Amino acid sequence: MTGCGGCRECTPKKQSGTTIKNVDYTIALAGNANVGKSVTFNQLTGVDQIIGNWPGKTVERAEGLLQYKGKRIRVIDLPGIYSFSTYSMEELVSRDFIALERPDAVVNVIDASALERNLFFTIQLFELAPPLLISVNQIDLAEKKGITIDTEKLAELLGVAVIPTVAIKGKGISTLTDAILDLAQRRPTPPVLRYGKEIEERIEKLVPVLSQLTLPYPVRFVAIKLIERDPAMVTIVKEQAPDIVSTADRLAAEIEAIHGETVCVVMSAERYNVADRIAAEVIKVRPPKDGMHKKSLTDRLDQVALHPFFGYLAVLLVIGGLLVWTFVVGARISDLIQSFLSQIEPYEPIITGPVAGILWNGAFSGLVAGVTLVIPYVLPFYLLLAVMEDSGYLTRIAVMLDRGMHKLGLHGKAVIPLILGYGCNVPACFSCRIMESPKQKLLAAFLVTLIPCTARTVVVLGLVGKFVSIWWALALYAFDIVLIIIVGRIAFKVVPGESVGLIMEMPDYHVPSASVVVKQTWARTKSLIWFVFPAYIVGSALIQVFYAVGLLTPVNNLLAPVTVFWLGLPVIVGITLIFGIVRKELTILTLAVLFGSTNFAAFLTPVQLIVIALVSMLYIPCISVILVLASEFGWKRSLAISFTEVVLAIGIGGIAFRLLGLFIG
Amino acid sequence: MAQEQVEEYLEAIYDIAGTEGSAKTTAIAKCLKVAPASVTEALQSLAEKNLVNYEPYRGASLTGEGKKIAETIKRRHRLLEVFLADVLHINRAKVHDEACRMEHSISEDTENALCRMLNAPERCPHGSPIAPCGKGVGSCSECEVITGAALPDPKELRTGTIVPITDLTAQQNGTIAFIRGDCKVVQRLSDLGLTLGTTVSVTRRAPMNGPVEVFVRRTKLAIDHAIAEKIFVDVRKGGEA
Repeated sequence: MTGCGGCRECTPKKQSGTTIKNVDYTIALAGNANVGKSVTFNQLTGVDQIIGNWPGKTVERAEGLLQYKGKRIRVIDLPGIYSFSTYSMEELVSRDFIALERPDAVVNVIDASALERNLFFTIQLFELAPPLLISVNQIDLAEKKGITIDTEKLAELLGVAVIPTVAIKGKGISTLTDAILDLAQRRPTPPVLRYGKEIEERIEKLVPVLSQLTLPYPVRFVAIKLIERDPAMVTIVKEQAPDIVSTADRLAAEIEAIHGETVCVVMSAERYNVADRIAAEVIKVRPPKDGMHKKSLTDRLDQVALHPFFGYLAVLLVIGGLLVWTFVVGARISDLIQSFLSQIEPYEPIITGPVAGILWNGAFSGLVAGVTLVIPYVLPFYLLLAVMEDSGYLTRIAVMLDRGMHKLGLHGKAVIPLILGYGCNVPACFSCRIMESPKQKLLAAFLVTLIPCTARTVVVLGLVGKFVSIWWALALYAFDIVLIIIVGRIAFKVVPGESVGLIMEMPDYHVPSASVVVKQTWARTKSLIWFVFPAYIVGSALIQVFYAVGLLTPVNNLLAPVTVFWLGLPVIVGITLIFGIVRKELTILTLAVLFGSTNFAAFLTPVQLIVIALVSMLYIPCISVILVLASEFGWKRSLAISFTEVVLAIGIGGIAFRLLGLFIG
Repeated sequence: MAQEQVEEYLEAIYDIAGTEGSAKTTAIAKCLKVAPASVTEALQSLAEKNLVNYEPYRGASLTGEGKKIAETIKRRHRLLEVFLADVLHINRAKVHDEACRMEHSISEDTENALCRMLNAPERCPHGSPIAPCGKGVGSCSECEVITGAALPDPKELRTGTIVPITDLTAQQNGTIAFIRGDCKVVQRLSDLGLTLGTTVSVTRRAPMNGPVEVFVRRTKLAIDHAIAEKIFVDVRKGGEA
């Protein structure tokens, strides 16, 4: 999950298409997740990077420029994947980029410590037959585990250049750069890696007939994929020669009859056979210097991190500490920025005067709100989270909480969006893409919108924490978690579709790389700038006008049955809830303006304060989140989620008003 | 009504509504590809036999007796699917239709024998669960005692050293014998290195049936407990870790 390969949070679609122009060569980095691909990418390209989306696809595309010996080389960081056979968006994007856009060189970054599994992917790259070279990364870590790799022998067996690197320390990068340039200039086709006899025989039956067609992909690759019954390949060939498809299907059935497994599984085993054979020839394993039985650092850390008791304690302390730290420090910085900005321009809502002035004031206060939320709270929170993620600890949290997530129809990986949600729901909703099935994506996004983001935390702490007691504020948080579990459980039963279980690589712990952490944080914070800032600025300006033209009283009266009768709040609060749809913390700002004071305790009873905070925490995410949900899942689902949450918030708010009245006066 | 037809109806209601809910006439008609009018007629006749509770316009639900028959047929259907796919190597796309025709004609003895031979499989090739037989036996050998049948051993797989990976002890290695479950899941597992014959060990288990940490080809994978249970390994070939 570390690095850019694993992360799929990215910018909205409008960003796609941006690309570095006027280049001499285009090269691509390909490989598994967690092999140091992103670090290699950073080493090659330095700071000139564009992170956007693949045209029309919701998969991140990182591009950088490498200038070397007077040449401008565009470097594309392909998503971290393990194979080309599960047809995920990442895999399709990668395979089509290599096959159709024909980069001048493909650098396959592989992890020296897990050679077999990485070669499994390398072998599939050979099927696509681009100009290929291999960078065996993290050779230092492998050495520590007692694994030495004979890279010369590997180059000889594969027939392509193999460069050993330690990307994080910059070792081998200049050799790699030379090799890339050389490869891009020559563009050789790599040799063919052959499989077992019964497979090769069948590939050979298809190759001659396929050669007569005009295919965008290499012929051998098409033959293999037809045997694997790859849907995209079947469609392409069917248009030109349907009989070849049926021949391939028959050949596949023959293979299935021999092995008693589906053809895809047979092919995976076949590729692993080749990988194992090569690995056996190039790997030398010697016992580590300090003896066989000494546990590695990762093992020792995992004894605590995955312990049935201390493991959960660690999860609690780490996530709790992360939140407390962010909000304690964040509040200070937020106040500082706010007082600084208020000297430039007043940002208390203005409702009289010329329209332009009102609009400007609204837009400016929106900007202030954005800045005072993002810089002090969201940014440090995401930075720390990225550190945890790159260190490898987040995968341990995912394992520890997997069981619980099952009850909600999710699995351990969902902790990432859910934790991100405490910062801002927008990148959290984007990160739901890491879930495998459509159902789980939707469920995770729905639950994310119930997580109190920084803006909602400001409301809860500002109303309840300050004027009732911090314990009541914490109780609201605890209640929110219980509610998420209940609602999640119901949604799991109601939403149709399948839930897939967890299958996740457990990387070794390592010291986080600054560049990967910064990149990850930026990838997440960026969506706030594209989505949240515009919504804040435009929304705030509009609301100001709304306010100025005198819609206040009619709207309040319209809402009175809900606010006054059901929720037991003063009629004046109605409008603040409407404003809160734009920005949650606007609830508190508007209240201050309406009452002409920030001492809310003078105007509202403790019960009313709690009810306002509770309703604000639960009803509708906010405009930005509604937009993100619409872009990810369509308007119907986005509005359905919003509607459900309004009903939920008002329902619970009214019950809370009646119940709490019994306890507190 | 022929017995086969009765069973098809009960199966359809079971598929649509489960054991508790009720199935609408139109849904049953669609499922069995027959006219709604004939469904109404058939449901009335089934109600007379006390196999379904049927009220016009409200749909049909299974009675205790109907439920029992439906579950038996479902179990036979899925066992047959496993047999056709795993033992006879019939194309997986065809096993459903084939089993659909065979399920009505096999006896309880055949059903029991199939179950023992296949080592009481948990799921059909399409991933649906196969209900336990209800004889209250804990294992195939107990079943053998009760039914007085000999335990057939058609494949080297069923030699008793095959266990789910979740049963491996900390010191044990195993080689993967077969993996059951959803096609996509099996594919992902094999892409990550869990191919047949690969040596694996369990390095850690999360508490409360949490994910299992499996060591394979120099890497560690966290695998959902329910998925891991479907990964069967041969312990004898693995030896000591």
